[in-house]
Amino acid sequence: MSAATTAAAPPAVGRPLWRRLIGFNLLTAVILGIGGYYLGWWIGHLVTEGKSFEYTKAIDENDVALLLAYFGGVIGFLVGLGFANYPVSRMLGRPASLREKEEHGIGRYFGLCTDHKVVGIQYLCGIGLFFFVGGLNAMLIRTELLHSNPTFVGPNQYLSLVGEHGTMMMGMMTSGILGPFANYFVPIMIGARRMAFPRIEALTFWLLMAAGFILTSTIFFGGFPTGWTGYEPLNDQAVMGMDSYIMFFALVGLSMTLLGLNMLATIITMRAPGLTWSRLPIFVWAVFATSVLMVLAAPMLIATLLMAAFDRTIGTSFFVPGGGGSSYLFQNLFWFFGHPEVYILALPGFGIVLELLPVFTRKPLWGYRLAISGMLGVSLLSFFVWQHHLFVSGINADLRPFYMLSTEIISVPTGFIFLCVMGTLWKARTSFSVPMLFCIAWAFNFLIGGLSGVFLSDTPSDTDTHGSFFVMAHFHYTIMGGLIFTFFAAIYYWVPKMFGLNFNEKLAKAHFWLMFVSFNSTFLPLFALGIQGMPRRVSFYEPKFHTLNVWVSVSAFVLGVSMLIFLFNVVYSLIFVRERAVQNPWRSKSLEWQVATPVPVNNFEQIPVFDSDPYDYGTPVALAGGVGKPQVTGAGAGGG
Amino acid sequence: MSSEGVPARPPATPGEPNHLRRFGTIWIVATLIALPLVIFLLGPELPPGHGSEQASAHVTDNIVLLAMATPVLLLVVIYLVYSTIAFRQPRGGVLEGPAVRGHAGLQTAWIVITSSAVLALAAYGTVRLLADNGAGSGSGPKPLTVPKGPKLPVQVIAQQWAFTYRYPSYGGVETTHLELPVNQMVELHVTSLDVIHSFWAYQLGVKADANPAVDNVAFVKPTKIQTFEVHCAELCGIWHGGMFDHGHVVSGADFQRWIREQQVKFAPATKVLPKYSKTYAPEPTRRGE
Repeated sequence: MSAATTAAAPPAVGRPLWRRLIGFNLLTAVILGIGGYYLGWWIGHLVTEGKSFEYTKAIDENDVALLLAYFGGVIGFLVGLGFANYPVSRMLGRPASLREKEEHGIGRYFGLCTDHKVVGIQYLCGIGLFFFVGGLNAMLIRTELLHSNPTFVGPNQYLSLVGEHGTMMMGMMTSGILGPFANYFVPIMIGARRMAFPRIEALTFWLLMAAGFILTSTIFFGGFPTGWTGYEPLNDQAVMGMDSYIMFFALVGLSMTLLGLNMLATIITMRAPGLTWSRLPIFVWAVFATSVLMVLAAPMLIATLLMAAFDRTIGTSFFVPGGGGSSYLFQNLFWFFGHPEVYILALPGFGIVLELLPVFTRKPLWGYRLAISGMLGVSLLSFFVWQHHLFVSGINADLRPFYMLSTEIISVPTGFIFLCVMGTLWKARTSFSVPMLFCIAWAFNFLIGGLSGVFLSDTPSDTDTHGSFFVMAHFHYTIMGGLIFTFFAAIYYWVPKMFGLNFNEKLAKAHFWLMFVSFNSTFLPLFALGIQGMPRRVSFYEPKFHTLNVWVSVSAFVLGVSMLIFLFNVVYSLIFVRERAVQNPWRSKSLEWQVATPVPVNNFEQIPVFDSDPYDYGTPVALAGGVGKPQVTGAGAGGG
Repeated sequence: MSSEGVPARPPATPGEPNHLRRFGTIWIVATLIALPLVIFLLGPELPPGHGSEQASAHVTDNIVLLAMATPVLLLVVIYLVYSTIAFRQPRGGVLEGPAVRGHAGLQTAWIVITSSAVLALAAYGTVRLLADNGAGSGSGPKPLTVPKGPKLPVQVIAQQWAFTYRYPSYGGVETTHLELPVNQMVELHVTSLDVIHSFWAYQLGVKADANPAVDNVAFVKPTKIQTFEVHCAELCGIWHGGMFDHGHVVSGADFQRWIREQQVKFAPATKVLPKYSKTYAPEPTRRGE
């Protein structure tokens, strides 16, 4: 599986195969990663041997060693990929190697590459992989819940599955849209030739991949029992698998922070002439709002997990009440990250829907400024609501009216998005291509998610629903119904540009309908289970809940089948049929569809000049000028 | 004109129905049909039932929230369905829609209406929360409002993976099951000995997190003699799902009989228990200690 073996494409550099295996590539990265892992493991045992740290002697567990091993493994992996080359050669005063720019062929997808389009595709495949790992966990969870007593995997493995599913999805999918689509399309949409920090861009991807494998490795260390929230002191009590969670989320936090910074720098500084803030595509605005959240929230997660790691390794007591710490502190810090986090998941979805609607309705985006204020309003307010997760915890109980208010107010800017969607749909000429179907489904799903959130934001009502399946159904409607549906909308919309190939539309429609129906059939009954009193994250439940749980499980399996249809479509259309996509199949006026397919390495011959936003669909009144004049010749430019 | 166009007044084609009126009529009729159904048919069936004053209050709250959510749900769903049916692109067509970019009046109205709705919602929630002394939720060690009159203090002690209950006014006896007298205001003090748990008495509408070294107070007044479910509602380790029990609301006389029995039964244990206190020094939770 090394990069070099698959890199023997015709235009490749004329080096023999054995020669190309030596150097900075994925093979070296894996070897150095494993080396770094065992080095860290060894150092960990060395420093704790005979020392008075906690429990290293008493129990066959060494958190110091495992965390150092993960640390060493990640460093080795990144060095092997070649991330150290540039800083090291600059420090030594040598000219920087530009090798990563010279790669050709398919091999560049398997190593450090600073082309934002390559990174986008790397993200799409990498995140897709872990999305399916997370989804598989969900299938196993639902299999266990076919029985009202743990019979299939047992309570310990069950909690590990729950934790891994939640953490994988919450961690990986934070970059689910920003990673593949913002990296690929934001520079093109704003008329730039690259991201502001291309090496950091590549780093965010490989950090995420390292993180994904670390989280998956938790099964070798006993898993973790805390779910994705990692609450203390259960966290402190847990076996070594917990360290995988800590390392995973810290790396994801780092990746998120860097990704956000890179996006902000790119959007602020690299817009082409004429692309004022009021002409920016709405998707870029969504990326901007999301990046603000990432940069401000994710460092909090890293700090919190560092404290948790210290508690687990060197015996500090930040979160351990027995040593003077506080379990509230972890909840507070975690949700200060955790609530912005859920908007990090939701906001890119808003952007996708608003970006796609004008194309498929043949109308300008209705209420452009309202949509922007909606997204910025959501990002700002999301920092003021976090204690609504702790309404019954007893922490700052007197402040609950405030958090109730702030939480309910956040539905006002979210309502802006809905108004813009509805305004754009009004009297439109809508064609229901697959991406559009997913956008309409988003509106329905997010509506259910939002309205069920009203019950959770109301403290008296939340007393019944907190910690129950109701919450679980609520956030699956907002995150799966909000993010994953738009993730697929973006895939069906942009893959013809990214790969230059079309999907089979019949299969795509089958995927959509099966996914939409089974999604609702899975999660609507969970509301009912929740309000009837079934707690979350249990592998035991009362027999009266059995029928509904079987229904949910069967629906979930159908949902899984719909994902298999998608996978089949990917393999069938993109590998076997390979039907060439036209340059602009959706007749979009946005800049990314005006450039050639495949997109040239430097995107543009000359930097475009903007004199309007990309939404001048509809009557000729709005045709004050095309977007990016060098490319645009009118509606449906380059359609053939 | 492009940014000033009114959605209701497009460049109308002859024979085009008045979509706004049509949609508005459908929505209003649907709302008028749905609201009574929701309030009078579904409402009384809403959880958590009428096991306590707090639970009954939650039912009312849920009816109010549902009644507010129903028109919004219908508005958007009917809108989506209507616009997908009415505003289709003809098959293979390349028609453009009207280039309408917004409507200042409608946007302002939307902001005003949604803001007022959520402010009303927040005000309602606050009033209900404070008037009902925390509405059965865990309200921290010093709740802002405390019900008047005599209260029966009961301590809920959570640990992996069971709840036990202490009755300080009955000699601090610690029982393994929960019984409460009917029509008596109960002051629950919820705490934990190890990790975070959450005490959830479903039919009573009570939920309060059990944090180590924290005294989390919740008030509940059971109004119905019945058996209720007790769950743990916060993930607390592998047997979290098994942290399940039944409690009983009984008549005052039955409660007195039961608590005397418990005092006798657990007398040897009560002697060696630590003195009743709001919290107990949590056990070290680290492995190997």
